[in-house]
Amino acid sequence: MSKEKLVVIGNGMAGIRTLEELFKLTTEQYEITVIGAEPHPNYNRIMLSPVLAGEKQLEDIILNDRDWYEENGINLLTGDPVVKIDRARQQLTTEKDEVLEYDRLLLATGSNPFIIPVPGHDKEGVIGFRDIADVETMLAAASNYKKAVVIGGGLLGLEAANGLIKKGMDVTVVHLLDTLMERQLDKPAANLLKATLEEQGMKFMMEAQTAEILGDERVNGIRFADGSEIETDLVVMAVGIRPNIALAQESGIHCENGIVVNDTMQSYDPKIYSVGECVQHRNICYGLVAPLWEQAKVAANHLANIGIGRYEGSVTSTKLKVTGIDLFSAGEFHEQEGDETLVLRDPAMGVYKKLVVRDNQIKGAVMYGDTLDGTWYFQLLRDGTDISAFRNTILFGQHDLGDAGHGDETRIAALSNDAEICGCNGVCKGDIVDSIVKKGLFTLDDVRAHTKASSSCGSCTGLVESILASTVGEGYSATPSKKPMCGCTEHSHDEVIGAIRQQKLKSMDAVRDFLEWKTPDGCAACRPALNYYLLANWPEEYQDDAQSRFINERAHGNIQKDGTYSVVPRMFGGLCTANDLRAIADVSDKYNVPEMKVTGGQRIDLFGIKKEDLPAMWKDLSEAGFVSGHAYGKAMRTVKTCAGKTWCRFGTQNSTGLGVKLEELTWGSWMPHKFKLAVSGCPRNCAEATIKDFGVVCVDSGYELHIGGNGGIKVRVTDLLCKVDTEEEVLEYCGAFIQKYREEAHYLERTAPWVERVGLQTIKDVLLDDAEMRKSLYDRFKLSQQYAQIDPWKARAEGEQGHEFKNIQISAA
Amino acid sequence: MSNWTPIITLEEIPQLGSRVITTDTMNVAVFRTAKDEVFALRDACPHKGGPLSQGIVHGTSVTCPLHNWKIDLASGEALGPDEGCANVFPTKVEDGMVFLGLNDQSADVA
Repeated sequence: MSKEKLVVIGNGMAGIRTLEELFKLTTEQYEITVIGAEPHPNYNRIMLSPVLAGEKQLEDIILNDRDWYEENGINLLTGDPVVKIDRARQQLTTEKDEVLEYDRLLLATGSNPFIIPVPGHDKEGVIGFRDIADVETMLAAASNYKKAVVIGGGLLGLEAANGLIKKGMDVTVVHLLDTLMERQLDKPAANLLKATLEEQGMKFMMEAQTAEILGDERVNGIRFADGSEIETDLVVMAVGIRPNIALAQESGIHCENGIVVNDTMQSYDPKIYSVGECVQHRNICYGLVAPLWEQAKVAANHLANIGIGRYEGSVTSTKLKVTGIDLFSAGEFHEQEGDETLVLRDPAMGVYKKLVVRDNQIKGAVMYGDTLDGTWYFQLLRDGTDISAFRNTILFGQHDLGDAGHGDETRIAALSNDAEICGCNGVCKGDIVDSIVKKGLFTLDDVRAHTKASSSCGSCTGLVESILASTVGEGYSATPSKKPMCGCTEHSHDEVIGAIRQQKLKSMDAVRDFLEWKTPDGCAACRPALNYYLLANWPEEYQDDAQSRFINERAHGNIQKDGTYSVVPRMFGGLCTANDLRAIADVSDKYNVPEMKVTGGQRIDLFGIKKEDLPAMWKDLSEAGFVSGHAYGKAMRTVKTCAGKTWCRFGTQNSTGLGVKLEELTWGSWMPHKFKLAVSGCPRNCAEATIKDFGVVCVDSGYELHIGGNGGIKVRVTDLLCKVDTEEEVLEYCGAFIQKYREEAHYLERTAPWVERVGLQTIKDVLLDDAEMRKSLYDRFKLSQQYAQIDPWKARAEGEQGHEFKNIQISAA
Repeated sequence: MSNWTPIITLEEIPQLGSRVITTDTMNVAVFRTAKDEVFALRDACPHKGGPLSQGIVHGTSVTCPLHNWKIDLASGEALGPDEGCANVFPTKVEDGMVFLGLNDQSADVA
């Protein structure tokens, strides 16, 4: 069968990104032709400003060189634009009368700069700021002439003016309104910006309306509506862009301001798709690059006939690419009636931050001078996070919530290139910036894949996003607020959990069928998640799938870097007897354990165990009364306790005894992530209960229950849930809390981020105010424990999953 | 040339799982996919030598348990932007018995 013909009109970022997304899905389906009006391969249009400013060279901003087109079998036609689309015949005609046929057509014609139609607008030396040719014109003017005027004090205009100043020109920015960048900034921020730019030598004429461009052939001045005049040798019009829809309109495709597309990026003609700045989606034409990435993904998905992606619009953010100026804006930054505004203003430091808040959600943000937390605010905005819990400190930034101890080190701009960003993988700022620039990366996932930064523990994710945002400016695409579980599906964790419950999906195949998984058997990310969700929802029926568990949970030990395993027997509440210790010592001798260590969870870790030895060792431990400590699992780990009132002169309650009871209740339970408990006998809190997922602090009159803490990557102190009077209540609240977490958190989400995501109040509403709900959560937890509290070590010592632990010996030839 | 050694029955390898074959010189991981295809790789990730046999098998690739590199079972090549290659050994299945082709050359590479 011959391939279908796909023609892409427009050789810019949108069209080519769509092809890149398409190639991830299929390389066989289409014979592809790309037609571009410019004589260049695809380049990063948003980097034109740094090229103009001389901070980058043209070759630095090429995203796909000609070799790329060749390698992917793409026929690239440049310099011969399409002049006609014959939709009935599915044919295109170019300026040079070439005729091409298509089966599917992708319009990615982008936008044109808007040229104000004043008299003289067509004189030599009057240009827009849109493509490489414009930059070349400006660079040529800079070497031959002295004075320039930029009409338009928006993002693009200021970047153009900055570039021309860097090239030695005397630049005046003419702006119709009294506020620079009024679409991105409020007045205080705009004034700070104006002052900084003036210091750098930029001149401004505010509230000035252009009436006429003066000169003979070439421009030599501008006359304004009030009759005043200014001399100039170059006029750059940067007053906005218009979607380039002429071709589409002439061929009868429905257009309004842009080419109207539906959520699948399909135009009025089902054979014709459109992406980028030329489209109008849900009445919005985007003039920024970030929405492209999502649009390209959706269009590619439909071009590949997979047909499940939907583009639902983008919230955009802006950053000005002028060296030395930090500016960020997003969302609805002009407050409406009833909105609250949080403002931090420090004129001496040149810092201004404003957040517009409605119903405890961020609706918009403007930042000047210190924009480090822009990506964080933007994420809160997109996710609609309830900020009530931390709104009193939110203006001081995310580091105030505890940021892996990076603290103030996180000032991105101030960091040198050799500053280490990702401590897990040893990736420095310079490595990340290089990769972003050289490989043309735009998303966090891209950066993770290419540099490994933020791909391990994730604590530097905010930093990496900030570097990404500051390197690519407005092209930065924040992680979509609806995150698909993994590359195998478009569905989010919540949607998957919802479907499992509502549709009563009880096997992994059923989930993947119902939710139209793209891969037959998932991947290393979604399989463990699905296995957990099924187990948590259907404890009585679902058969655990060993092959969908990460090796630690499959082998019931922690894999170490040399491929050996570690073994941690459970010690309830951290209590042990001489016989327990003797048994562990005997096992250690018998299996030549090279190293033992007391863990932070108050038990003993035996390292360096060969996998083949595990079942026999477990048999010995089992006979001595031990069960698995689940130190390897996304599971309930330990209950740490202090001495308690039996011995301690400060103790108020029997903390060890309660710890043992809690551990007896909860051991063996599978969780979205690891889960730790602690019981302290008095407020001195020796068991560190306030950095545990569930902590109990005993007081004279009862028990304080604390939730959602952890040590680790991001230290988070618990929130106080409530105070109860009896041990029975402690157990019930604990079980109910765990069950709520088990049912609702995303796989690999610890209680700390989960509590922050859903809000403490939601959890209190259920656990404190609804006794019936609490009771039923507790009952569901106890039910699932009937199936979970079967010691996996004993089962394997008796032969279960035997193949897992036996190697096959052969002699090599 | 390949020297076909019978090693194990297909049934003894779990679907979407693997078994480890220990030879005199190295470990070889033998994988079985959902479609009962069988592949064999030297049991060492090209990244930091992690035991690929212990990874999660999906489609025709395996994800290394140590640092999540994704390795193509047929070619041994790292997928995505990572670069590296694990040694591949030929396999065949006849009458439910899995044969591994260990030749002198591959033993040398190991």
